[in-house]
Amino acid sequence: MRPYQPEPAGLYVHIPFCIRKCPYCDFYSITDLSFKHAFINALMREMQMEAGFFQKTRFFFDTLYIGGGTPSVFDAEDIGQIIETARNAFPILPDAEITIEVNPGTVTPEKLRGYYRAGVSRINIGVQSFQEENLRFLGRIHSAEEAHLAIQWARKAGFDNIGLDFIYGLPGQTELSWIPDLERAVESEPAHLSCYMLTYEEGTAMDKDRRKGCFVPLSEGRVADLFQTTVDFLSKQGYAQYEISNFARSGPERSRHNQKYWQDVPYLGFGPSAHSYVSPCRYWNHRSVKKYLSDIGAGRFPIAEKEILTREQQITEAIYLGLRTTDGIDIEKFDEKFGVSFHEMFGEMTDCFEENGLIKTDEKRCALTRRGMLFLDSVVSALV
Amino acid sequence: MENIRNFSIIAHIDHGKSTLSDRLIQTTDIVSDRDFQDQILDSMDIERERGITIKSQTVCLPYTAKDGQTYFLNLIDTPGHVDFSYEVSRALASCEGALLLVDASQGVEAQTLANLYLALEHDLEIIPVINKIDLPSADIERVKNQIEDDLGLDPETAILVSAKEGTGIEDVLEGVVTHLPPPVGDTEAPLKALIFDSHYDPFRGTVVHFRVYQGKIKAGDSICFMSNNATYKVEEVGIFQIVRVPQKTLSAGQVGYMIAGIKTVSDTRCGDTITLKKQKCDTPMPGFMETKPVVFSSIYPVASDGYEDLVTALEKLKLNDASLIYEKDTSAALGFGFRCGFLGLLHLEVVQERLEREYDLSLILTAPSVQYEIVLNDGSLLIIDNPALYPDPTMISLTKEPFIRAAIIIPDHYMGAVMKLCLDRRGINRNYQYLTNNRLEMIFELPLAEVVYDFYDKLKSVTQGYGSFDYEIIDYRETDLVKLDILINGERVDALSQLVHRDRSVERARHACEKLREEIPRQMFKIAIQGAIGGKIIARKTVSPFRKDVTAKCYGGDISRKRKLLEKQRKGKKRMKMVGKIMIPQSAFLSVLKTDKD
Ligand SMILES: Nc1nc2c(ncn2[C@@H]2O[C@H](COP(=O)(O)OP(=O)(O)O)[C@@H](O)[C@H]2O)c(=O)[nH]1
Ligand code: SF4
Repeated sequence: MRPYQPEPAGLYVHIPFCIRKCPYCDFYSITDLSFKHAFINALMREMQMEAGFFQKTRFFFDTLYIGGGTPSVFDAEDIGQIIETARNAFPILPDAEITIEVNPGTVTPEKLRGYYRAGVSRINIGVQSFQEENLRFLGRIHSAEEAHLAIQWARKAGFDNIGLDFIYGLPGQTELSWIPDLERAVESEPAHLSCYMLTYEEGTAMDKDRRKGCFVPLSEGRVADLFQTTVDFLSKQGYAQYEISNFARSGPERSRHNQKYWQDVPYLGFGPSAHSYVSPCRYWNHRSVKKYLSDIGAGRFPIAEKEILTREQQITEAIYLGLRTTDGIDIEKFDEKFGVSFHEMFGEMTDCFEENGLIKTDEKRCALTRRGMLFLDSVVSALV
Repeated sequence: MENIRNFSIIAHIDHGKSTLSDRLIQTTDIVSDRDFQDQILDSMDIERERGITIKSQTVCLPYTAKDGQTYFLNLIDTPGHVDFSYEVSRALASCEGALLLVDASQGVEAQTLANLYLALEHDLEIIPVINKIDLPSADIERVKNQIEDDLGLDPETAILVSAKEGTGIEDVLEGVVTHLPPPVGDTEAPLKALIFDSHYDPFRGTVVHFRVYQGKIKAGDSICFMSNNATYKVEEVGIFQIVRVPQKTLSAGQVGYMIAGIKTVSDTRCGDTITLKKQKCDTPMPGFMETKPVVFSSIYPVASDGYEDLVTALEKLKLNDASLIYEKDTSAALGFGFRCGFLGLLHLEVVQERLEREYDLSLILTAPSVQYEIVLNDGSLLIIDNPALYPDPTMISLTKEPFIRAAIIIPDHYMGAVMKLCLDRRGINRNYQYLTNNRLEMIFELPLAEVVYDFYDKLKSVTQGYGSFDYEIIDYRETDLVKLDILINGERVDALSQLVHRDRSVERARHACEKLREEIPRQMFKIAIQGAIGGKIIARKTVSPFRKDVTAKCYGGDISRKRKLLEKQRKGKKRMKMVGKIMIPQSAFLSVLKTDKD
């Protein structure tokens, strides 16, 4: 038997709790914190169940991402326990990237110090905006000042790999009102920035308000302009875009974990609604804490659905995900994985987009241009 | 022969013909209740769904009357829509009598009158039947008055029924036996039988429906069609009792079918006379006119590899539908397809639906057109129904278009609305008369082109459903025709061209541009949609481009969802046509044909 050359993979933990639901958000979380304790136990149980099942020699893990929801509703001890359980269950590299997402409204200097001591190496802070008015519109539980403090405290706690999340494209927003947020972000010298265009996800409270006409969404053209502004501004400040909404000061400071989603790297997810992917399979857990708890309680995997991707589906995903990144589709890897020639399959179309200035291709890579990124969905739907 | 009755039910649409037919069939017990499907005579799916009959169906009902004798009542069903009034006439030719059905709450309508005239032309005995007497809004006295005044029939002979509840059904059967005459004809004379319909059976070939006027026909006979002297050997004769029931012979007075190894329905002609090869009858029955298509449209498959399937599907449809005609057509935008001729817009829709549903095809249809007569400067005459063949306008000396005579019956307070509608449609009001104190019959002469577009829907809407309508083509008149082209980003899309009257061209152009704007999805660049006559732009709309089309966030949980969306879009793309760089969905082509629901 040929021994496996172990492959890198990622671990994701979904914390399904928030203090209050933000009206734009469609991540799975509940606000009833009384399930916290039961959840942590179930989560650890799930990891142990998976560990018994999973081929230890096939993967090693160089990232662990604790996301949500609001992981920072848990104190350092709980988070420490999660990390320890994961390390016992899976082969996690000693210098793995271990990220936690925190909400500025839930942190104290002690908590952050505790996270650091528990082994968290990277912290991602949901700032969203430094302007009270925006925070109100977004229904955030924290003030601009609290966000500012959270950054200070994180740094003092020892974190030097800090990421900040922002949202732009709010109703009425202009370049003039958005740039100050970017300026303040850059002033605090994070390693990483995520800037998301506000999206009205179907079924969210904000989308309902929009349909009711409670506010006038910013026009598509304005949002597009703000996108260009963001990319320009950040690149001048030394933050290179590496994915539609993600920017990093340097290569190593990119989110190692999140890049796995776009590069066809396997990951295992734990907690309600978490997705796992080991090519060609993807499966995901129930989007319900109750169902999750009862399945784990009964010794069952809490899997809601599973899909096995056909070759055609894998190609579709490879194109869509590859084009999200500035590195683009790795053509050699594509050709090797699918046993075809990318250029033969898509050359005619990519040439056409190249002429229109939406795509850049060479022998090795096929990527969207800055302008092309604005049309990712159209370009992909024309290709696949 | 004394015990045979041949009759039809004639009625305005929705007055309950199908329901009454079902009751008659049920009462006479030829099918068990368990097998009974509602409205059994409308056997094609689409007909049943739309509640209309297109192909005539026949059923032979054995009935034991009060006099103790058993009668065979041949009910010959007739189509129920103006587009097919010609087929009604064919069915009536085989009958001695007809039940004229009138809705007790609606009263006499345009098709009631039109059908009555047809029946009288064939010298039929008529029994008025007032249906839906169970309705609270039924007004039997008023309907009786209409029967007397509008129809000139004896209201006292009217039979009152509720087809829905089954009341009065016995009276109808008795009425048929006692009031309608039995057929006459010499069984010993040479065979003389009239073909009034035919349909295609995939296992047996063409099944010919006919009525024997004199003589006999049986399996083994060598028969001959008098129109073309084609001869066939009869394999089977029989009667219809929902299913075909073979008989030894059919003789004078009987209605039934024949199977004789005839390949396609087109090999038979309705109105033709069947006789024996060896012993011909002296003169053929007076025949029918050929049904001529009046509406033309080109049909293209959406999928570029769908042409072969379309060929096969049309061939199969044609087996059963001799009135459908088609020939090859090509379009720069849509590739290979067919130019088809239909009896009317409904016929077109039915064919379209059958092609899509029964043969699983996705189709694009071009704007329906009537047939124009064009006299060129050199005096030659062109008959044109396809915008693609429209000659250079400078070569045209004169164009003529078909006109119809339309009879419209309405409650009189809709007079203004109907007048406006018809005048807007370039109609000429020839006459109007009160049928009863507040019901009006208006006669218009209208260009057929205006009627095939959306006239019937509009009439229904301006009269809140109370207006009824019947028409016949009368003549060709001089007209001012132009060819309207649609340009998309400057490129003419031939499949969207239409022939229209100059006065209507701006409105049509605007309508087409607006519909296209609604249906063409936004793309990365601006799309200009223009309507033009010759080089002159008369309408324009634009589809504004995307300024952005990107999903901001995509992590583990978002990937499947996004992929499924892409897969859905890909499916949708199969229903699109590339015109230049622009994807035009099938729905856009079809939306141009639709009118606004106002
Ligand atoms: N109330 C009532 N409704 C009837 C009666 N006969 C038919 N209908 C209804 O009238 C509508 C049209 O009937 P249908 O037989 O399809 O009419 P057709 O178009 O003449 O064949 C249907 O909804 C029937 O259910 C009746 O005697 N009483
Ligand atoms: S805190 Fe984060 S996860 Fe929770 S509702 Fe707000 S945006 Fe969503």
